[in-house]
Amino acid sequence: MKYYDKLIFDLSKAGRQGYSLPVNRWENSVSELPAGLRRSAAPALPEVSELDVVRHYTNLSQMNFGVDSGFYPLGSCTMKYNPKINEEIAAMPAFAGLHPLQPYQTVQGVLRLYKDLSHALSEITGMAEFTLNPFAGAHGELTGLMVIRQYHMSRGDIKRTRIIVPDSAHGTNPASAAVCGLEIVQVKSKANGLVDVEDLKPLLDDTIAGIMMTNPNTLGLFEKDIKEIAALVHDCGGLLYYDGANMNPLMGVVRPGDMGFDVLHLNLHKTFSTPHGGGGPGAGPVGVAAHLVGHLPVPKVVESEDGTLQIVDAEGEPCGRISGFMGNFGVLLRAYTYILMLGKQNLKMVGPLAVLGANYIKESLKDCFELPIESVCKHEFVFDGLKDKSTGVTTLDIAKRLLDYGFHAPTIYFPLLFHQAIMIEPTETESKETLDGFIEIMKHIAAEAGSDPESLKTAPHTTPVRRLDETTAARQPILRYKDMN
Amino acid sequence: MAKTVEGLYYSESHEWVKVEGNVAVIGITDFAQHAMGDLSYVDMPEVDDEFEAGEEFGAVESVKAASDLFCPVSGTVVEINEELEDAPELLNQDAFANWIMKVEMSDPSELEGLMDAAAYEAMCANE
Repeated sequence: MKYYDKLIFDLSKAGRQGYSLPVNRWENSVSELPAGLRRSAAPALPEVSELDVVRHYTNLSQMNFGVDSGFYPLGSCTMKYNPKINEEIAAMPAFAGLHPLQPYQTVQGVLRLYKDLSHALSEITGMAEFTLNPFAGAHGELTGLMVIRQYHMSRGDIKRTRIIVPDSAHGTNPASAAVCGLEIVQVKSKANGLVDVEDLKPLLDDTIAGIMMTNPNTLGLFEKDIKEIAALVHDCGGLLYYDGANMNPLMGVVRPGDMGFDVLHLNLHKTFSTPHGGGGPGAGPVGVAAHLVGHLPVPKVVESEDGTLQIVDAEGEPCGRISGFMGNFGVLLRAYTYILMLGKQNLKMVGPLAVLGANYIKESLKDCFELPIESVCKHEFVFDGLKDKSTGVTTLDIAKRLLDYGFHAPTIYFPLLFHQAIMIEPTETESKETLDGFIEIMKHIAAEAGSDPESLKTAPHTTPVRRLDETTAARQPILRYKDMN
Repeated sequence: MAKTVEGLYYSESHEWVKVEGNVAVIGITDFAQHAMGDLSYVDMPEVDDEFEAGEEFGAVESVKAASDLFCPVSGTVVEINEELEDAPELLNQDAFANWIMKVEMSDPSELEGLMDAAAYEAMCANE
């Protein structure tokens, strides 16, 4: 790969252009604008040809690291392979050419698919009904919390303004709760990494709207007291929210609905193999138990007696509207493709294989890395840095060194329960050979920490850019090209 | 090993308090700055803000994490260390020489609920 580090502005040559704009025939159009709204100078845009642009972004894209180019054990992100058939189906003209304002009579097949996917997700999670409208995981969290709030308000129970969040939670949980106007109450974890039921009990009163939990939690541990927690929270009048970020190990084996959860969101880009982020469209469907169906957001797809499917704007006491239309259909379609391609039997294999892979890595490496909680993990686990702390090599050094060996780094310094956290999640789509390759390199790095710590402290050495000065970047950020010189 | 300074009061949330008459000078401990790593921002209160003991009064951010600051004693802010606005790294250089805010205490007896250097060191040893 050739080294390439230019900015698009570096390529700019005055007067060069890739596209000829038509002559502006609207005379005086600019001078008619009020002076306060007019630019005093032309915007500083790069002036480049079409070929300049194509080469620039092609070169940059070749420096990208993705799950299609290598192992990506980023904990709590479930970076599983996204099968290419998902893309083939989503690119079919009948789907790709849809318009959200088409009359419902012309999109019956699509609405049927929406219904069928909702049904499949309900089946997988044990919930009564789903909305597919939310655009991302955190958007799903907000939607689910709005459902909970609407449930309490519709009963006139307006005191319930507080929500319990464990200290091991994903950061989005308290953030979503705050956006929803709820006050966050933290519950602690015990030494074994599970929610402390004794710490929870005194928090439960008539001001509690509910509790947000991830199960398995961010340490990859199954919250085995979940039935007791569910009973306690329900007894105090609160609801249970399930953060579906860690659904992968449970799929087809255990259902959150059966554990007592009332509301959940799923990250389709994790468990259901749709593309991850990159600023692109996402999806965070929300499922609810039977008594909350009327509070799901609108619009909804409703089946009339003659079997026609309609898009309905008002039904029940919805928590509101959280999207202009019906969610990111292209993403939903990819997830449904994944479910149908695997089928019922293979869907049940996802969790066990993800769990097997994680435990295989954990057991293979626990002599070199500090394993703070000894137990069978689910889809992911957390090391607390190297076992031998005397070398001064930190988790950051290990993560940077992994890049030299062609692996994406795991999640580091999260969860916050340990100072040197390294969170590893291999997913079910990796072969034993890939896992063995990663294990070998991790052992090699642990050995290097003793023999040659300097090579770790200065890593990475083979990447297009070396270790970045994140501190100066945070303290004195340069945010504009023209400030660089 | 993080250092401590004798004669200061320490909170469980890693703030230190130096008493000057009725004024509490408040900062974060060496243990705290070490755990946070290179600090990039200190979110400070404003003069005349009032806080209860245990109440959040600001936050410190590093490349690694963000952490809330909790007021060890009740009172009113009389001065903030404006130097930290442009130079948060001062807390990394010397956490005890660089205070964050000064608070006029409304109930100095609250100091009795805080730890001395030895008790604080013992607590940190268990973290």
